[in-house]
Amino acid sequence: MSVILSVNNMEKYYGSKGSVTKAVDNISFQVEAGEFVGIMGASGSGKTTLLNCISTIDRVTSGEIQVAGRDITKLRGNALNKFRREELGFVFQDFHLLDTLTVYENIALALSIRRISPGKIEKSVRDAARRLGIGDILNKYPYQISGGEKQRTASARAIIGQPKLILADEPTGALDSKASRMLLDCFTQMNRELGATILMVTHDAFTASYASRILFIKDGGIFSEIRKGEEDRKSFFNQIIDVVTLLGGDLDDAV
Amino acid sequence: MMLFKLSLRNLKKSFQDYTIYFLTLVLGVAIFYVFNALDSQGVMQAVSASTREIIELMLAMLAGVSVFVSVILGFLIVYANNFLIRKRKKEFGVYMTLGMGRGSISRILLGETVIIGLISLAVGLVIGVFASQLMSILVARMFEVDMTSFTFVFSPGAAGKTVVYFGIMYVLVILLNAGAVSRYKLLDLLTAGRKNERVRMKNPVLSGILFVFSLGILAYCYASVLGIFGNVNQNQMMVLIGLGSVGTFLFFWSLSGLMLRVVQARKGFYLKELNLFVFRQMNSRINTMVCSMTVICLMLFLTIGVLSCGVSVNQSLNAELEELTPKDVCMTKSMESGEKQSREDADKGIETYLSGEGFGLSEVLREGYTEITSYTLPGLTWESTLGASKEQVMEQFPMLDWTQREELVPLSQYNRMAKLYGIPTYELSEDEYLLLCTFDSMKAIRDMALKAGASLSVGGKAYTPKYAECQEGYLSMSSSRTVLGIFVLPDSAFENGELVPYCNYLAGDYRGDSDEERMDLEERIETATKRTPIYVISKMALRESSVGVGAIITFIALYLGVIFLISSAAVLALKELSEASDNRDRYGILRELGADQGMIRRALFRQIGIFFLLPLSLAFVHSLFGVQFVNRMLVLLNGGSQMEAILFTAVFIAMIYGGYFLATYLGSRRIIEE
Repeated sequence: MSVILSVNNMEKYYGSKGSVTKAVDNISFQVEAGEFVGIMGASGSGKTTLLNCISTIDRVTSGEIQVAGRDITKLRGNALNKFRREELGFVFQDFHLLDTLTVYENIALALSIRRISPGKIEKSVRDAARRLGIGDILNKYPYQISGGEKQRTASARAIIGQPKLILADEPTGALDSKASRMLLDCFTQMNRELGATILMVTHDAFTASYASRILFIKDGGIFSEIRKGEEDRKSFFNQIIDVVTLLGGDLDDAV
Repeated sequence: MMLFKLSLRNLKKSFQDYTIYFLTLVLGVAIFYVFNALDSQGVMQAVSASTREIIELMLAMLAGVSVFVSVILGFLIVYANNFLIRKRKKEFGVYMTLGMGRGSISRILLGETVIIGLISLAVGLVIGVFASQLMSILVARMFEVDMTSFTFVFSPGAAGKTVVYFGIMYVLVILLNAGAVSRYKLLDLLTAGRKNERVRMKNPVLSGILFVFSLGILAYCYASVLGIFGNVNQNQMMVLIGLGSVGTFLFFWSLSGLMLRVVQARKGFYLKELNLFVFRQMNSRINTMVCSMTVICLMLFLTIGVLSCGVSVNQSLNAELEELTPKDVCMTKSMESGEKQSREDADKGIETYLSGEGFGLSEVLREGYTEITSYTLPGLTWESTLGASKEQVMEQFPMLDWTQREELVPLSQYNRMAKLYGIPTYELSEDEYLLLCTFDSMKAIRDMALKAGASLSVGGKAYTPKYAECQEGYLSMSSSRTVLGIFVLPDSAFENGELVPYCNYLAGDYRGDSDEERMDLEERIETATKRTPIYVISKMALRESSVGVGAIITFIALYLGVIFLISSAAVLALKELSEASDNRDRYGILRELGADQGMIRRALFRQIGIFFLLPLSLAFVHSLFGVQFVNRMLVLLNGGSQMEAILFTAVFIAMIYGGYFLATYLGSRRIIEE
């Protein structure tokens, strides 16, 4: 298996001289192609900062982040935009859909930004939408559909460009449990059937249990790592709870 | 004091939002001052008495226009202010949750308005004072005064007027703000930013039908003003303006429903880069934009119309004057009623009269000056020649005295005069007559009679028209084409004793080589003819008054044009800027998806461009037809070369409107890239 994402000695400090906060403190890890990795941690543990740096929305203070062998911390300007639209796909807690566009157009936009020829867009959008079970709401606007449907629209938009890596930031954060389960099934399907590599940040143990490997972050560093291996989801979930308990009270809301 | 600090800090923080509003206020103040300070400029001391009279007339008119202008600016200020307040609902909500009373919020707003008002007034006045120095150069050029002694002038009167007028507007704004704040509910304020955006699509069939319908209305209006359905009078014109406005509104309304559909149908275009975002974005707001687009389009139409007509009227006035005043001076003397005079005396009317007063015309006029006499025929009145089309004439000339007699002139005398003026001479056989008439609407009516071959009976003999339409020619110089009708008959017709001498005409050039000499001679004639029935028309006086009329028209056109233009551009700019700050999140999403900066900027440019261009283009089409109509209304026969007027207007609009567009684009860009 080839390494898609490689984070090496990454650090991110906030603040100026005198009062420095280390949000991410010397973290290193790798994600291989086709993996579904979860990152867990309490609020303030640095997991969102880590994700922002990987997604090039934020800049690292030191260290490097390689995606498919390229150090993205060195990218600037339009090269960065190009990297973002061609190698990454995003799913956010609050969907980040454009409310003036229909579901169809929201998904298509990801392709038209990549200057894909309009003829090909139509088919790809319908394909992706069908896979994620939103084929019959393509002409609806975001305000007309449920949160779960919105998040699946965002997922379709993330996967449609066949990115190297899909980054999901608390994707179930705004969803009820039924919608969460549907979305996570979609993620699993994307991961297994389409071979999508997914890096998901969450503080919810149930959501995390869908991943194949979980990194626990505490105070800006990696606290521990567990793999699902051949276990079923149920026992993996229990294993996660054990680590969370070990981590201390700050992940109380995890269950 | 704390509240004042808060106002100050708010202003600093939202300075970018306020920039365009502030600049527009400054511009408004400056323009208002410049046009009201015209009287105290140095040029005015250097002009002649008759020019000063004209300038006084102009100032009176400008003062009237100023009231109108302040109403427009007042609307703009109230609108813009309302708009900016609405943007800050949430901020007020936070103040209120912190326990601040409505009174305090009103006071914050009061503070802000006062600060903005004072600064804009001060800056505007300073700019206005400097701009008015430039203006005086323009005035000097128009009135052909040489500005040898340039003095820096400040007009306290105009400054005071500006402060009072704008003060009233600001007080109005303050009162309205207080009213607005007291109506707000806390919940509404806090949730103001979170209202769900509903995307409404209009029924495409209805839009299509209305689109065609609106085009039909506009086409009908255009055809009407071009005179295809006959002449348009004032009442019909008002109806047409109303219809045109409705047509404009329907055009934008239906276009907003159609545009997206049309673009969506072209997949290759719609799915290219950010196009789908651009058009969706526009579609989501065009519903709310239809009204303002209509108003802005009509305002721009007015601007283009006022500016280009102002310039072209001025030009054609000058061109016409050159043609209608070939000699230095022309005098007329009407016979007093009942005055018995022999034919010989009548032929020497003006000259004999003046020599009787001890004034020798040959001393002031060069050899070759000419005097002729015109006649009337008892019974030959307007009623008798125009009776057939009485209703039509009444409509156009309601003040006409129907018992007034028609004027007749012997052919040889007319030809003598025409030779002197250098205008066409004519020949007639013994039983023919011809009719001179240069006033367009009158000509149309008289032509009908001529076409019908209306014969004229003088001394028992019948004369028939030689030409089927009125001819060019005049007896007295004037500043425009106003000959209502002069019959020219063979000399033999005048041997009949029935004809009564009516009026003497005398024309010639001064015996002077320089303007100073001529001016002296003109003064001598004026003194000699004072308290006599002789009326003097001089080329110089006509020119002065024509320049004056031209200047009045130009200044008023400029004044109104600039105000209309900045008001409509400012409204558009404010809308677009606030839109940009509402859309910051959306552009953020685009960046997350990896859209290039260039792509995003292009999308923004297109959106703003379309919103600025749409009303301008329709206004341009409107004015293509509108200007033609105005030209016909004003009977501008020499309006042939309008290129200059159009060019001037285009440059003017491009500068101001284009400036606002650019400022809006750059401002929006900064907002979305923050």
